[in-house]
Amino acid sequence: MARLIAKSAASGLLPIRIGTVTLTEETPAAITALMPFAGKPRALSVALKAAHGVAFPGPNRSSAKGGTRVCWSGLDQAFLIGDPAQADLADHAALVDQTDAWAVLHLEGEDAAEVLARLTPISLSRDSFKRGHAARSLLGHMTALIIRTGAQGFTILIFRSMAATATHELDVAMRGVAARAALQPPP
Amino acid sequence: MRIEGKGLIDRARPVRFRFDGVSYGGFEGDTVASALLANGVRLMGRSFKYHRPRGVLTAGSEEPNALMEIGTGAARTPNVRATMQEIYQGLEARSQNRVGPLHRDLLSINDLFPGALSAGFYYKTFMWPRAFWEKLYEPVIRRAAGLGALSGQPDPGRYEKAFAHCDLLVIGAGPTGLMAALTAARAGADVILADENARLGGRLLSETEEIDGRPAMQWVADMLDLLRDTGNVRIMARTTITGAYDGGTYGALERVGQHRPETPDLPLECFWRIHARQAVLAAGALERPLAFPMNDRPGIMLAGAVRTYLNRYGVAPGRDITLFACNDDAHRTALDLIEAGIRVAAVIDSRADATAQGDYRLLAGAQVIHSKGRRALREITVRHKGMQDTILTDCLAMSGGWNPSVHLTCHMNARPVWDDRIKGFVPAPGAVPGLTPAGACAGIYATHACLASGVEAAKTALKALGKSAPRVAVPAASDQTGAVQALWYVEGKGRAWLDFANDVTTKDIRLAARENFRSVEHMKRYTTQGMAPDQGKNSNIAALALLADTTGRGIAETGTTTYRPPYVPVSISAMAAGAGGKGFAPERFTTSHAATVAREAPMIEAELWYRPGYFPARGETTWRQSCDREVAMVRDAVGICDVSTLGKIDIQGPDAAAFLDFVYTNTFSTLKPGRVRYGLMLREDGHVMDDGTTARLSDTHFVMTTTTAAAGQVMTHLDFVHQALRPDLDVRFISVTEHWAQFAIAGPRSRDLLNSLLDTPIDGESWPFMACGPVSVHGVAGRLFRISFSGEHAYEIAVPARYGDALFRDLVARAETLGGGPYGMEALNVLRIEKGFITHAEIHGRVTAFDIGMERMISPGKDCIGKTAAMRAGLTGPEREQLVGLKPVGTVKQLTSGAHLFEPDAEPVRVNDLGYVTSVCFSPTLGTYLGLGFLKNGRARHGETVKHVDHLRGVETLCEVCDPVFFDAEGARVRG
Repeated sequence: MARLIAKSAASGLLPIRIGTVTLTEETPAAITALMPFAGKPRALSVALKAAHGVAFPGPNRSSAKGGTRVCWSGLDQAFLIGDPAQADLADHAALVDQTDAWAVLHLEGEDAAEVLARLTPISLSRDSFKRGHAARSLLGHMTALIIRTGAQGFTILIFRSMAATATHELDVAMRGVAARAALQPPP
Repeated sequence: MRIEGKGLIDRARPVRFRFDGVSYGGFEGDTVASALLANGVRLMGRSFKYHRPRGVLTAGSEEPNALMEIGTGAARTPNVRATMQEIYQGLEARSQNRVGPLHRDLLSINDLFPGALSAGFYYKTFMWPRAFWEKLYEPVIRRAAGLGALSGQPDPGRYEKAFAHCDLLVIGAGPTGLMAALTAARAGADVILADENARLGGRLLSETEEIDGRPAMQWVADMLDLLRDTGNVRIMARTTITGAYDGGTYGALERVGQHRPETPDLPLECFWRIHARQAVLAAGALERPLAFPMNDRPGIMLAGAVRTYLNRYGVAPGRDITLFACNDDAHRTALDLIEAGIRVAAVIDSRADATAQGDYRLLAGAQVIHSKGRRALREITVRHKGMQDTILTDCLAMSGGWNPSVHLTCHMNARPVWDDRIKGFVPAPGAVPGLTPAGACAGIYATHACLASGVEAAKTALKALGKSAPRVAVPAASDQTGAVQALWYVEGKGRAWLDFANDVTTKDIRLAARENFRSVEHMKRYTTQGMAPDQGKNSNIAALALLADTTGRGIAETGTTTYRPPYVPVSISAMAAGAGGKGFAPERFTTSHAATVAREAPMIEAELWYRPGYFPARGETTWRQSCDREVAMVRDAVGICDVSTLGKIDIQGPDAAAFLDFVYTNTFSTLKPGRVRYGLMLREDGHVMDDGTTARLSDTHFVMTTTTAAAGQVMTHLDFVHQALRPDLDVRFISVTEHWAQFAIAGPRSRDLLNSLLDTPIDGESWPFMACGPVSVHGVAGRLFRISFSGEHAYEIAVPARYGDALFRDLVARAETLGGGPYGMEALNVLRIEKGFITHAEIHGRVTAFDIGMERMISPGKDCIGKTAAMRAGLTGPEREQLVGLKPVGTVKQLTSGAHLFEPDAEPVRVNDLGYVTSVCFSPTLGTYLGLGFLKNGRARHGETVKHVDHLRGVETLCEVCDPVFFDAEGARVRG
């Protein structure tokens, strides 16, 4: 049987490395929106814990187990990123496949937060935006879901159709930050 | 002239630059102004109106005179203050606002007729003839009076925007700001310390005083080490805080690359938006010039600026320096100059009781009443004890006291308060929430008091932040402020400038008052005082003091004009960083984008999406040829079109059907699983919001489609309805627009095509019109919908977006094998007009369901959003303009969208207007132009003739009014 060739959202655009920062594409096996029905958040969280080892996250939070992360993504909504959601979760929540809806970008490096500060208005300080914290915010003119995955790492979900613009804007920001870093420190 | 052993310049690093084509030398750490002064260049520009020779007045961002163009060609930047621009190897600076060379500006002829150009001159003189204003007067005046010029080319420079966050923003890094930052940082607060200078230290870099037993400059260096050691302070040099806004947000302009040779990828400037939980304003104070006759010659500058050039840059701005002041503080200038070995010809102090603080000639109770020197100062005339003296001098340092820099405290509409003790305005209490003014900007001038004030302000901020304040010792420093007497202007013969930048003199202010422009806001607009790039920093207070005197009111009563952001000029390039060209908005690309562009299809923008207009075939030279072919292809064989841009919303839950019944006018709870229904959605005001099809995948699972244009609006609407109006409904939804790549397969051979690639073939019985369900495409799980926007037997197939590129290419290849191919938006538009299907050209926000003939879709058996409002009087009936079809019947065959409709014999004027045309096309199927439009009582007028008039394009066409469905009215083809 013939097969359709699959292409990732940022196919041909990444990776980029400029200065201390790298921008790569992540290709999780699945992204599933979990939206618990009325009165079901607790039951969903229990089932989620049993099935994937992670509890349903509170607002602006995420947690990860193995290669799978569950991340708050809005009112009564979280994304399960990694393993496909087990079917029995549908007893408690609407499950919607979002795997191909997002370009999943990963920004990593010493100046990653500096790069992101060119494009997003939220505070990225390690005190207020800690590992595992997540925010729905802007990346330039684009809406984004931004997750801190490490001391110097951020995962950024952007509409798939905007992958080229997002990559371009991050590339420009990375160049600017690297050019500044190359200057001698001020006297 | 350089003074050996003085200044913070790096003498080991000489720098060469050019000014007006002449090469000069300076040192790293110099500004253009300091380096030119060191080279004996005093003439740096021409004034705005009179084109008078001007030199540098200040040493800071408030400079009104020494404005220059920096750079060459497209990259040049006009109106750069030479006092702020640091020199670098190869820098090109040019003077501006001149015709011919700077020292022989042809427009200096204006200076011979000062009376002609006084305040209000333009208003009074160029009243008539009226047409002359735009055509003659304004262009000539603009050319003569002005600042630097733009290159006229796109700016190739790189600019940047960024965000920053902190607990405490300290604005200004003088003694006050340094102490505030250290206090807060030691308490563990996250601090940003911003200062507009290249070096931190503020006035301490310009003065010869001691702090903590060390020279002030050394103390500053030590403080910076301490600040860095805390690890809590982000130091932002060359960064001017430009505005204070709501919620603790501050605008800031950072000079990143403007002070160095071009560096790849390095932005010239960065515009910051800083969010600070608390702020300390330590902006310092600006010295006031004195308005004495002929006070604008190159060589006359502020006393504090003279000390800055001397102490910070090691430059003596003259050889025989005089000082004119009304306060003790300014006498430091004479002491510093003498200490550096420079001759001080005389100190003129307006106060009769002034005493000399050192060994210099003091003229107490004296005033400077005139000056001479064609291109630079040569001599001054002094009135002293009833006598007039002439003193030869090449530099006059003047000081009228200091104005606290209250600007930022006024950005949220507070007015500053007059403080008679310091003869200046100070910030109103609580002017900007969370911002504490400290030090000189709060009217506290002595160094020791400033240091203490910085600590106190930081403690106030720390308390608000919930942090406990550390013990910080205030170092020993001078507690001298010295006496000051108010002296705003000096009477005498000749013009005395207040606003150097806009050439406003004391005479202009008096004229304004005489002509009854007595309010300070009226005076400002009449005279243009304070409206130049320095925003009146050098002139506002003196001008309003003179106005107060002239009108017999006090200064406090007269008040100030409104201080508005930005504090310094901000280039549009910085504020628009990243937004030029395609940066204006994100580009949204479908998965078929690459394949479409490869076929040289011209792309059009639909919202943010890029969609093909048409796919040109070999030999086709016009879009119409391609469009006609593509329409015929769909009607006769099969066409492929990417429809992924339509909004798709996945809706699930026990109450999903009830929710849809509430947002759609028609009923969806009765729709069977595996079927699709067309739906119409109203706004709460009863007008049409959007339309589209919704598929029922199971009892509790629907997929709604919206138009491309309204996808975001509908999603927002659904969120609002669920959260605010019907939280009782257990329903969940999310956009899946981006997850699915969806393609229309339209035409009589669509099923043949589908069956060539589906893993399980379909037939008409199991897949009738409006069926939907899962399918397998080359092993990929997809969805198939038998729906049609062309009136043909058609389907839409959806697969996860990763397969979109591959499936599109496959579909197109198969379509071509069957005599078809891809089609674009032009053909899509023709196909739908032939069928009378509406788009947002018709449902543009002002039409009702009645207007488009769909009032029967508002189900009588249930409530829905907009139902009641749609029944309001005036929203139905024969007075409404109703959707009709239009076909040309006269000799002219052209229809244009945007044309208006009239009775055939009526004059085509507004009062006779009967409606308008929304969509037109040439139909290759029917061989004629077709139009859709809205006509008053149109449904009752089928068969009648109306006149279509396009006033803009000059088209007048007689049309027959008909049903909007032009082709296959009975819908046989779609059921195929």
